[in-house]
Parts: sequence; structure tokens; C-alpha cells
Amino acid sequence: MTTPEIRVQGLHKSFGDNHVLRGIDLEIAQGEVVCVIGPSGSGKSTLLRCVNLLEEPTEGQVFVGGTEVTDPDVDIDAVRRRIGMVFQQFNLFPHLSVTENLTLPQRRVLRRDKAAAERVAAENLARVGLAEKAGAYPSALSGGQQQRVAIARALAMGPEVMLFDEPTSALDPELVGDVLAVMRSLAREGMTMMVVTHEMSFAREVADRVVFMDGGVIVEQGRPEQVIGAPRHERTRHFLSRILDPAMAEVEEGVADQGGTG
Amino acid sequence: MADTDTGIQPKRTGLTRTQKRRLSRGAQYAVLAAAVIAFALTADWGRLQNQFAQPGIAKQLFPDLITVALKNTVLYTLSGFVVGLALGMVIALMRLSSVGPYRWLAGIYIEIFRGLPALLIFIFVGVGVPLAFPTVQYPGGTYGKVAVALGLVSAAYMAETIRAGIQAVPKGQMEAARSLGFSPARAMVSIILPQAFRIILPPLTNELVLLFKDSSLVLFLGVTLEQRELSKFGNDLASQTANSTPILVAGLCYLLITIPLSLVVRRMETKALREIR
Repeated sequence: MTTPEIRVQGLHKSFGDNHVLRGIDLEIAQGEVVCVIGPSGSGKSTLLRCVNLLEEPTEGQVFVGGTEVTDPDVDIDAVRRRIGMVFQQFNLFPHLSVTENLTLPQRRVLRRDKAAAERVAAENLARVGLAEKAGAYPSALSGGQQQRVAIARALAMGPEVMLFDEPTSALDPELVGDVLAVMRSLAREGMTMMVVTHEMSFAREVADRVVFMDGGVIVEQGRPEQVIGAPRHERTRHFLSRILDPAMAEVEEGVADQGGTG
Repeated sequence: MADTDTGIQPKRTGLTRTQKRRLSRGAQYAVLAAAVIAFALTADWGRLQNQFAQPGIAKQLFPDLITVALKNTVLYTLSGFVVGLALGMVIALMRLSSVGPYRWLAGIYIEIFRGLPALLIFIFVGVGVPLAFPTVQYPGGTYGKVAVALGLVSAAYMAETIRAGIQAVPKGQMEAARSLGFSPARAMVSIILPQAFRIILPPLTNELVLLFKDSSLVLFLGVTLEQRELSKFGNDLASQTANSTPILVAGLCYLLITIPLSLVVRRMETKALREIR
């Protein structure tokens, strides 16, 4: 492994008094798939959003593909073209058809001509299994289909890295599988991926590494079978027991739920 | 407890709920019928017709009513709308700017021009400015003058409408555009504004209806015969003929435009509601 594709150094992020990230160091190698897990409010989404500077870090540095994203003089638009981002709420452009959702960014940002943009769009729609929806509008698609279009839209820009922010959390359970299948094939093709997720089976099967975050720090990380299968830390064990078998969780006194961020 | 009232509370009247409802509705219809009958009996119909609906005078109004008055009303309104939309767009973007002074200036503009009567602005633009700056010529003469006056008035309202429309577009749209590499300006033009305009199409059309009516303020600017719009035209002919028929006919011409526009707005609103679901 040479230079890491993503390098996060001493990252802090505060929203007012709320110190969300308290010193994160993380390296992700080229082609590596890293799943970030942890309770809500642990800062995992904020970490992801700091990588493409949707959130401005309070302190620390982020490098993507050797370029410092946090450098005040960097051309952030140029850096973001190399980073694909997939959101929990899909964020497709509702006034554009599926194909236009994929072609408009290519044409406006990458200055591709119409024919080239449409070719790339068709390729990527086929890649996520939605070639037949090319002319549809987002409102006519199911949540799972919208999310696959969102993935295709990011891929059409030819990114080196893909960031996924809880991509299946807003989906009906029966639609989760299609989205995960697309992500799995993407991982197999060697894409560098950073995935914030609650899908433990996906993390176990696809991730090269699982990072467990809690309270704004990385508590432990390692191979998925180790972090999910045999966690070393009490906090990790506690989180996993609740997420893997929510029905078995007991009412706690004064711990997670009353904290508000639990 | 629902059951207790049979035992404890005595019934005040012997009426059931259906009977009460019928009684109330019957009373309302009776009042309405009485008012209509009283008006029909007391009004002097012959005199009313003589004053408001003389076919001879109405016929005299044509063709100038359409070729001059209605045409000018439409021209004044549309040119004012275009100026107002362009200016309102700039002010809305200033209002949302990250540069403080731009926000303040836009805020001051909006407060001033929403707080002043439109008539005052017409007089200011039509009389005040030419007196203060004798060298200033409005492009297009009276048409330009009216476009500026109507534009200044409507820009303040449209700026607030456009700002609300931009803010109604979900934050995730801007984030998605930025993470695809759009610059803020390009994201605004390609992604945010097209959605914002879809949202504000009904209120903007409403603004157009208001402008149609405000264009009547041209009455207070000196205009030539050829520049008269509906209100001025109706007013002039009413005094010439000493009869109110021209006013009534001019009024009908306004309704001919404003009522269909309002129906279009209502249709757009129900359609938008259905899309949101």
C-alpha cells in the first residue's frame, strides 16, 4: 500500500458547544472498503461529510488522493469531482428525468458534450440495473430505485472514492437488498468506499475493515469478523447487542436513552 | 363522561341536532332572501340601466377600448412584471447573500417599497424624478416610466416570494449539487432556481394579477390619448358622456383577464398539492 486514498488527521468538529468529533485519525487505502458503524450521534455522518468538506472541520486535516481537502486555497469543486457522495435521502433532482440527473452534472461540471454524457449515463444506469428507467422522473421511482440512480449519478462523474451516508436507512426493508447488491458489485470492482451504515451483514460480508465510533472518537477498528464477531471493547459489545437483536435490549437506567444522543 | 348528561343535565330545548341545523340554515337563507327582495324593490332599475348599461355608449367605446386601452394595460403590466421579476431576482439573491451589506440593502429596499403606497411611487417616478433630474430620460417614454414604477413596487414583493421559493428547496439539493462538483453559483442556476420557480409560480401569477390592477395608477401620470389604459380611458369617456357605462365596461375588461389568471393559479396550486402528497 502506497499513499492512502483518504487520510484523516487529528480531525475535530464542533457545532457551537457540541463537540461532535474529538480527534479522528483514519487512513483508507486505495480499493479498500471501510464501514463506519456506531450509535446515532456518534459523529460518523459528520466524519463522512468532513471528507468532502460538506462540513468544515474545526481542526485537523483531510487528504483525498494526496490533495489536502482542508487547505483553504484548494479548488474544492475540483476535489469534489473525484469524490462521489450518496445520501440517506437520495437527493435526486426532482425536476430532471433520470437520464438528465446523470447528464446535467457531467455537462455542467465536466463539460462533456451531450452525446458523451448520455453514453456515460446509459452505461451507469445499466450498471445499477435501471436502464429501463432512463426516461422516468424520480417521483415515479421507488426509494430503492432512487438510491440506485443516485449511485449511478455519482459514478457517472468517474470518482476515485465513493462516500455512502446511511444509504439504506430511508428505505423500506424489502428495497434494501437491491441497493446493497449494487454497492457489493462496486466493492468487487475495486472502488475505494467509505460507508456509514447500520447494515451489519453488509459490513461483515463486504467490508475490508470496520470502524466503530462512539462519542466522537474511534473506539476500535479491524477486520469485520473481529470487530463485529469478537469486539474487544464493552461499548462496541453493547452497541452490537442492541443493533443485532433489538428485541432483546433491556430498559437501561440513566445510560443511553436519557442522554438524548443515545 | 358522555353518558352522564342524560341523568344530570336537563335538556334545554326539545330540538334534536338535525332540527337545530335545519333551523340555523333556514334563518340564514331567510336573511339573504329578504336582502335581495328589498334591493330589487327599492332600486330604481330604469335609472340604474341608464347610468351603467347604455348599449349605445358601450358601442362607442369600440374599437379603442381594445386596440388602445386594453392593449396598453397589458403592455404596462407585462413590462412592469419583467422589470419587477429581474429586480426582484437580484434583491432576493442579495437577501440570501453571505455579504452582510447586501443583505441589509435588500432588506431596506423590501421594507421601504412594501410599506409605501404604490400611488406614491408612481408620483415619485413620474413627477419627482423628472423634476429632480431634468436630463434623465426614461427609455420608451411613458411606457418606460410605467415599467419602472410598477417594477419598483412589484420587485419588493417578488423578492420575498423568490427568497421563500429558494429556501423551500430542500437543503439536500444544494449539498448533492456541491458534492457533484457544482460551484455555488452554478448549483443555484442549474439546480435550485428551476425548482424554486416551480414552487413560486402560483404566487408570481398572483403578483401579475395585482399588477394588472396597479397599472390603473397610470391615471395619475400625464399620458397622451394613445397611451391611455383601461382606467384612464374609462374615466375620460365617463366624463365625456356624463355616464358610468364606460367604467362598467372597463371593469369587465379587467375581470376578463384577472379571473382566468386566478383560475390558472388555483389549478396550479391544487396540482402542486397533489404532487407533494
